[in-house]
Amino acid sequence: MKVLTLNFLTCAVKACKSSSASFPLHPKDCELVSDTIKPDPRLIHNILPRVDWSALSTTALELGFPALPEQPPTKEQLEEDEKMMGELHTLLLETQISEGKLVCGNCGHEYAVKEGIANFLLPNHLV
Amino acid sequence: MLPTPSTDHVDFDRIYEPAEDSYLLLDALSSESEKAFLHERFGPSTPTPFVIEIGSGSGVVLSFIHAHSEIIFGRADILTAGVDVNIHACKATIQTVSVAEKEQDAPGLSHGFYLGNVSADLGTALNPGNVDVLVFNPPYVPTPDLPTLLQDGNLSSFDADSHLLSLSYAGGEDGMQVTNRLLDSLPELLSPDRGCAYILLCAQNKPEEVKDKIRKWGEAWKAETVSKSGKVGGWEKLQIVRIWRELPPSAIQ
Repeated sequence: MKVLTLNFLTCAVKACKSSSASFPLHPKDCELVSDTIKPDPRLIHNILPRVDWSALSTTALELGFPALPEQPPTKEQLEEDEKMMGELHTLLLETQISEGKLVCGNCGHEYAVKEGIANFLLPNHLV
Repeated sequence: MLPTPSTDHVDFDRIYEPAEDSYLLLDALSSESEKAFLHERFGPSTPTPFVIEIGSGSGVVLSFIHAHSEIIFGRADILTAGVDVNIHACKATIQTVSVAEKEQDAPGLSHGFYLGNVSADLGTALNPGNVDVLVFNPPYVPTPDLPTLLQDGNLSSFDADSHLLSLSYAGGEDGMQVTNRLLDSLPELLSPDRGCAYILLCAQNKPEEVKDKIRKWGEAWKAETVSKSGKVGGWEKLQIVRIWRELPPSAIQ
């Protein structure tokens, strides 16, 4: 699953929905793989408004990526800053989590990721 | 007619095989009315739409949207993702998307950006307010019971496969028990400014009642049938309902 997916996922436990700690989930013991995607600045420009930047920053740090700036870069900033564009390209488009766990910051439940697929099915007592 | 993604690699003993319902959904999404709706709602100056299919099965519908995003949305840049309670379906969807992408790459055509598939119960793993287009071909067949989500590890592989297949069609009372759960979560899941959903229903799901229920969510909520299967007399009369919020003119970019 692309790292960007974490920006759209949350803990499946009902009780955690009301807690802000359940998003984003925290990667643990994750193996990353990299796809080779050709540069697509327009895609990056169009994705950025969709991204919860603070959640993405948290995810980037937790996965060992270089820290992201406080605010998302503007289109003009990206056009000038090739390094930032390259970093966003790697983080948002190319990097996948193939194995590992996603942990809820509220309840501690760990969701397993195997072969790139995260399993959010809950045991009966947590539904 | 846009090409249907190949699903030759999929094991249909344990994953729902594309059928009339799947093809009705493909036809609806690529119809003139829906292309017009989606082109307008997700115009090129707006952020990338996030499209999710709940119950992606073989991946045929998601891959179709993913491969033909330029035609369906008027833009190549869409984010796609799939959810399925069946892990084998998740794996199949990943493959089907990959095959469909290669079909587009070969002649230099575009496709969307696929995030992946997760195994989950409907929208429970999705952070609210993000989904721009939700597509759902539910388990819509009326059945006396609903199969459990987690299966017994002691089942023989034949029974395990049957169980997985039953999850793809068994809808309980009026065939609506699963669909109703998804519908109840729609107002929360969909993005507030432009989220919409395409849901497949059969005659026994009492589609008129379903649409009325949705319209009662609030003045802005709309539900209309955008496609119907031609079958007359067959008990499986199918239709695709589009659900959306009509925004006040000032809110639309």
